[in-house]
Amino acid sequence: MLEIKNLHVDLEDEDKSILKGVDLTVEAGKVHAIMGPNGSGKSTLSYVLSGRAGYEVTQGLATLDGVDLLALEPEERAAEGLFLAFQYPVEIPGVGNMTFLRTAVNAQRKARGQEEMSAADFLKEVREKAETLKIDADMLKRPVNVGFSGGEKQRNEILPMAMLAPKMCILDETDSGLDVDAMKLVAEGVNALRDEGRGFLVITHYQRLLDHIKPDVVHIMSEGRIIKSGGPELALEVEKNGYENLKAEVA
Amino acid sequence: MALDDTKHSATETRLASMVVPDVGCTAEARQEALSRLRSMGLPHRRDEYWKFTRPDTLVQPEPPQAALFDDGEAPVFDSFDRLKIVFVDGLFNPDLSDDLTLEGVVIDRLEDVCCSTEHWAEDFYGTLEAAGQVPVERPLAALNTAYAGDGVTIRVTGRPSKPINLIYTHEATASDVFLHHVVRVEEGACATILENGPAAARFNNCMEVDVADGGTLHLVRAQGRDHERRAVTNLFARLGRESVFKCFTLTANGVLTRNECVVTLTGDDAVAHVAGAAMGDGDFHQDDTVFITHDAERCESRQVFKKVLSNGAVGVFQGKILVKAGAQKTDGYQISQSMLLDGDSEFLVKPELEIYADDVACSHGSTSGAIDEDALYYLRARGLPKDIATDLLTLAFVAEAVEEIEDDALREEINGQLATWLDWRKG
Repeated sequence: MLEIKNLHVDLEDEDKSILKGVDLTVEAGKVHAIMGPNGSGKSTLSYVLSGRAGYEVTQGLATLDGVDLLALEPEERAAEGLFLAFQYPVEIPGVGNMTFLRTAVNAQRKARGQEEMSAADFLKEVREKAETLKIDADMLKRPVNVGFSGGEKQRNEILPMAMLAPKMCILDETDSGLDVDAMKLVAEGVNALRDEGRGFLVITHYQRLLDHIKPDVVHIMSEGRIIKSGGPELALEVEKNGYENLKAEVA
Repeated sequence: MALDDTKHSATETRLASMVVPDVGCTAEARQEALSRLRSMGLPHRRDEYWKFTRPDTLVQPEPPQAALFDDGEAPVFDSFDRLKIVFVDGLFNPDLSDDLTLEGVVIDRLEDVCCSTEHWAEDFYGTLEAAGQVPVERPLAALNTAYAGDGVTIRVTGRPSKPINLIYTHEATASDVFLHHVVRVEEGACATILENGPAAARFNNCMEVDVADGGTLHLVRAQGRDHERRAVTNLFARLGRESVFKCFTLTANGVLTRNECVVTLTGDDAVAHVAGAAMGDGDFHQDDTVFITHDAERCESRQVFKKVLSNGAVGVFQGKILVKAGAQKTDGYQISQSMLLDGDSEFLVKPELEIYADDVACSHGSTSGAIDEDALYYLRARGLPKDIATDLLTLAFVAEAVEEIEDDALREEINGQLATWLDWRKG
């Protein structure tokens, strides 16, 4: 589904390489996790895949079901079925959460040549999905992420994922700033979307999120490369011995 | 102080071809305004108060031509149940207007302010304008009082069931129009006045508003999407005890707009909100000049102005809060912000606070910035095309000003106008 080959990425404004040859394939129906220390390039990978400005791809490719993602605008990637749950969801004063969701759903449907969703159908679906994520009517009405707590922001990242039903979901440190209960709620939201047609790439520092979202494959990223891949036991090993040990072992 | 020669001759050149109209019983007030004007002189670009906006085309004897504009869209407020008062090129048009009778309000044409029978507006015409000349001179307002050819007097005695809509259309491409309205809201009365339309190639509008104790006036203005029109509006409001005055102005397009608003809170616990949204693309210069004087206790004033500028458009904000000695517990707020969509556009700002009371809460802020790239990326990553995401962020930016409109339907109407403008700009 998602294929990344020999991806090299520099920062546009500085002469600095961040990704130095990433190879990764996520199959439909699988959950892959990427773990790694700060500055290893995990978040950059998510930004480059979703099309954030400021990065230059110097080599390599990234495709989603054969479509070259790197040639597309961010909104075109989204319409192809790529979804990024942000580590730091952006606050947008003045834009209602519900307006944003509805505009996003309809923009994607339009891009795919589907009809717009009626207001009534949209409302019904959003209410159902919001309820399972414990997002109340007030949160739906408020401006996007404004005044939301860390937990509310992350739940509010999962709601559009549920509404947009993307093929490939990337979760960028969705667990940051969450207490155990909030993390469980977010994980339940994600698990409910696990499906044989859908791939997940879960980026995290810590093993604890992976207790709740069980990965099929775990990759360790360091200094812009994936240095080791394995099963869920790899996450436990990192938790026990730390990244330094692993880096030494691979080197 | 004597006028310098340039100012004197510019003023006399302008006045040479003008005739003080004989409209009702305003002759004395007009002569007084004329002598006020002669002692001030018409504005010059070296005047401090006109530093950011060149008054040349507002002062020169002939107005620059303005092509008529028709985009096929229904005029703003068209779907509202309202009492229509239509002026075409500055002249009241009875055929296009509704019957001026409405319960809770007495509406007359300026010419009905007649000496032979007493008219309430006799004591008002030019009075607030004259009072508003201190501490800053407003010669174009005095010019209006002297020369206004038409206008209405509106006396609100109750709670009229629908808004009063002053509609200004133009058919001539070189019309030069002066309208002057006098509004009095009696104790405890409440009304909404709407204003829209370009009026003329060059429009000078003056409205004097006196809100008695406990009265409320909402004023919503939409300065239309004409490209070439020029307009200066002079709004003077005096607020009594526990009265409320809320004014919102949408300016979309127009080569030159100067909106002056002078509000004096004279009774305790009065509330004045003055807000505006300006949308300019290309040859657009829009100036909000606001002066709010607190001269009573526990009054509240808010100024909220947002401007979206692109392709060399210029926005100006000069806003002042003056708190007089004794105006304790004043709550004053002022914010002016611009969103500059490119490097060619400009926002020129002069916020001022002058406070002579010691127990007040006043704040002001002003910002100028580009569109928030992080927010734009966030919206696009969820599938919103760049133009839709930009529009959404633009509407969000002006929302704080639009939210100053209390009535839901009017707020939605203005939002609709904003959306139309955004569509128009995309072509």
